[in-house]
Amino acid sequence: MPLLEVNNLEVCFGLRSGAVKALRDVSFTLQRGERLGVVGESGAGKSVLGFSIINLLSRPGHISSGSVHFEGKDLASLAPEELRSIRGNRISMIFQDPMMTLNPVLTIGVQMVECLLAHRRISKADAKRIALKKLQQVQIPSPEKRLDQYPHELSGGMRQRIVIAIGLLLDPDIIIADEPTTALDVTIQAEIMDLMLNLCEQNNVALILITHDLGVVSQVTQRMLVMYAGRIIEQGPTKEIINDAQHPYTQGLMNALPQMALPGQKLNQIKGTMPPLQRIPKGCSFNPRCEYVMDICKQTLPSFTQSGNCQVACHMVAEPMQDKMLIKEV
Amino acid sequence: MSESTFKTEQPPTALQRFKASHFWHSFKIDRVAQLSFLIFLAYVVLAIFASLIAPFDPYDASQIDIMNSEIPPSWQAEGEADFLLGTDAQGRDMLSTILYGTRVSLLIGLCAVALQALLGIVIGLTAGYIGGRVDSFLMRIADIQLSFSTLMVAIIVLAVFQATFGTELYQQLAMIMLILVIGIAEWPQYARTIRASVLAEKKKEYVDAARVMGFGRLRIMFRHILPNTLSPILVISTVQIANAIISEASLSFLGLGMPVSQPSLGSLISSGFEYIFSGVWWITVIPGVVLIVLVLVMNLLGDWMRDVLNPKLYKG
Amino acid sequence: MAEQANSLVQIRDLYKRFSISGDLLDQLQFKGGKLTRHREYVHAINGVSLDVMQGEALCVVGESGCGKSTVARTVMGLLSPTAGQIAYRGERIDNLSDKQMLPYRKKMQMIFQNPYASLNPRMTIVETLQEPIKFHNPSMTRGEIQDKIAEVMLSVGVDPSWGERYSHEFSGGQRQRISIARALAVNPEFIVADEPISALDVSIQAQVLNLMMDAQEQRNLTYLFITHDLSVVEHFGTRVAVMYLGSLCELASTKQLFSNPRHPYTQALMSAIPRLEDDRPDYIKLTGEVPTPVNLPSGCVFHGRCPHANERCKQEIPVLTALDDGTQVACHGVEEDRL
Repeated sequence: MPLLEVNNLEVCFGLRSGAVKALRDVSFTLQRGERLGVVGESGAGKSVLGFSIINLLSRPGHISSGSVHFEGKDLASLAPEELRSIRGNRISMIFQDPMMTLNPVLTIGVQMVECLLAHRRISKADAKRIALKKLQQVQIPSPEKRLDQYPHELSGGMRQRIVIAIGLLLDPDIIIADEPTTALDVTIQAEIMDLMLNLCEQNNVALILITHDLGVVSQVTQRMLVMYAGRIIEQGPTKEIINDAQHPYTQGLMNALPQMALPGQKLNQIKGTMPPLQRIPKGCSFNPRCEYVMDICKQTLPSFTQSGNCQVACHMVAEPMQDKMLIKEV
Repeated sequence: MSESTFKTEQPPTALQRFKASHFWHSFKIDRVAQLSFLIFLAYVVLAIFASLIAPFDPYDASQIDIMNSEIPPSWQAEGEADFLLGTDAQGRDMLSTILYGTRVSLLIGLCAVALQALLGIVIGLTAGYIGGRVDSFLMRIADIQLSFSTLMVAIIVLAVFQATFGTELYQQLAMIMLILVIGIAEWPQYARTIRASVLAEKKKEYVDAARVMGFGRLRIMFRHILPNTLSPILVISTVQIANAIISEASLSFLGLGMPVSQPSLGSLISSGFEYIFSGVWWITVIPGVVLIVLVLVMNLLGDWMRDVLNPKLYKG
Repeated sequence: MAEQANSLVQIRDLYKRFSISGDLLDQLQFKGGKLTRHREYVHAINGVSLDVMQGEALCVVGESGCGKSTVARTVMGLLSPTAGQIAYRGERIDNLSDKQMLPYRKKMQMIFQNPYASLNPRMTIVETLQEPIKFHNPSMTRGEIQDKIAEVMLSVGVDPSWGERYSHEFSGGQRQRISIARALAVNPEFIVADEPISALDVSIQAQVLNLMMDAQEQRNLTYLFITHDLSVVEHFGTRVAVMYLGSLCELASTKQLFSNPRHPYTQALMSAIPRLEDDRPDYIKLTGEVPTPVNLPSGCVFHGRCPHANERCKQEIPVLTALDDGTQVACHGVEEDRL
């Protein structure tokens, strides 16, 4: 049984101009200890996905259909009390801005101890010991000192380490990290990503890494999902997708990276922009920007096609397969 | 370019933009705001057309008969149908006097606020944009001004004026004096609010872009920054009009406001106050209610606008 | 440094510090029975000298707080330098009044980082574009202005028929195009771009970068390109200047920098770029935190995190010295041939 199973998840935002679907038909699974990358541009719905897994969507957003199963339990059917014990305890979340997690008026120590005491029945002294251990794990210099410091006394990289320590505090099974290093400098980013990778491996924690940075995903994750306009358009083993992406959008994303073009030459750009969620075109949502667009792309939504170990939602990938099948049938 | 987002559509007109705006939408769903706005509009219409609507002209001595004094409102036993809301101690029709009084009160409120806004905008913009010593200097002046209460300043100035130049001249100039005093006493409210939003806007890159273009200070201040600080100005303006009307009423009540011959709501309330214990309640109570409703409506509108326009509560 | 023949902008020994101790009252402190005035500064730039050559794209790279944006803003005259000089075609411009600066404003333009803040939300696109054109070309007729607006809008790939719209009706990428159009509207020859693509999505970044390269080709522009993203630099830059904590570490041609980075910081920075191919990063681990620019470390600013630092690095500030291959590096280790 997979640790986390998301089935046909659909998330709606009820806006003044009508309901907008931020996520459509999203399904994937996550095994224990697996590292999964979720890639997409802003507005693709990747952060909404993170929030909806732990049912932290705030109004006007809500899960309109589909289900999220954690260890076989449907999270939607749980009482708020049970959900809270899973959230934070079994699944923890790390945000781009450390200050979303840290309370600026409390010391690091107080926040960590409080978090432990809320979920576990242990003494304060024990809680402090655990907090210290976690701070050591995230390789913070002089952790004893940090417990008595306030968040504003620390640098951005240090804060993100603290947030990771808090995320690990209750030995969760899953960490959802939403752009954890986007606000940090590259050298610090490399350190933090390395740290997260090691911690997940050591503690057998599953990681859902939500990011726009293909480079980071390629280095940290084992499997990845590519999202576009609220849908998964390609998923599979990271290596396979990086080396041989099937969907034109994934290809375009990778080709647009500066390292993919010769210095001084034009970058390979994807034309246009992602449509706003209110105006997603008929058929394949990528069709207005796709170089290989066919008539069928403008009419029908592509379903997933197996290609190697990957699943791709693209008519172009699907067609040759059908041809082959037709040949077989003949 | 094949970005097809707007391709076929015409750019929306100003009216369409307004109708699609958050401002209009929240007005449409907020009953209190709608009601307040309607009542305020009614006040304005009544004030503007007071001379057409009012059955008598309270400024015209020939229409006043002292014999008609202190007639209760028409629904009371001794009331007369001619005087719907009764008459005051001088025999003026209360309805007409209140209509004219509303006009005076609103006029003073609006003009005083216009003066406040003018002073406050210029000073706040200058302090916020130029910063440094100029800022410190102007803001300390504002602090000093704020540490005197409006009423105290007004009472001193008006009393001194009355004592030196005599009551007669004062009565002629009462309205202008009130506007000046209330206007000058409360500019720091505007200056502070505007300075705060100028400081926020100044950091934005469009201001840098304008500086890089070589535009002069005045152009940047008034053409680029000022339009972006209009929302807070609108919010405080509604509340400030209410405040100015109350200030004027208080001053009139203290005998430092509008003369009895040209009464504002405040001086009406005050003039009836002497008689309230002899059972003549309507001279005070009716203009009092009119005043309270006006101020309440302005404050409700101001609150609603603050909720709608406050960027901290609403991001968009 | 000798005056180079084709240098467009010269930055000489630039220093910039910001006071962070508030006004006079905040600065006064009571210590040991004495009232003293205590002032603290952020040392944003510490002695930077740079030449921007005609026609090149000089990239300034560094992490947040290294002073790269301050360099850009000082060059544009948005900040005045604490010490040092800035010259444009040999003429000093850092001490000019607003009026004297006007002729240079047409030649030097700037593109900003945040496409959501760099356009005035109360102005339509046409208003945004026509104001600078009118301002700098008072003799232009209305028709000429309209033609110019249409020309720049087309050249950045924005349909001129959208001109009556406000900036909030556009996406981030389109806003950045309009920002570029505004800069191009006055026909500049030198453009300072302060992180112009870091707020954009990957696929849009490529569009904007391409647009900037096209503009450079067509209009013969010179760029001073500020970024934290080394991978963009490799593609875009002619030369690269690497900054750390307000000082220049290394200045080299892009090719040389990427094939043979000399300064230990440059090496660490390059190894940290998340690349697509490698499975597991093999980057140079830096220890320690970036020091704050308030209390600058003695000696080389990088010594606290440098794996090769020795006693000399802690004492003596290294100067930028040219190597045989033309690369300029400020590092004792390189100078001593240790690295």
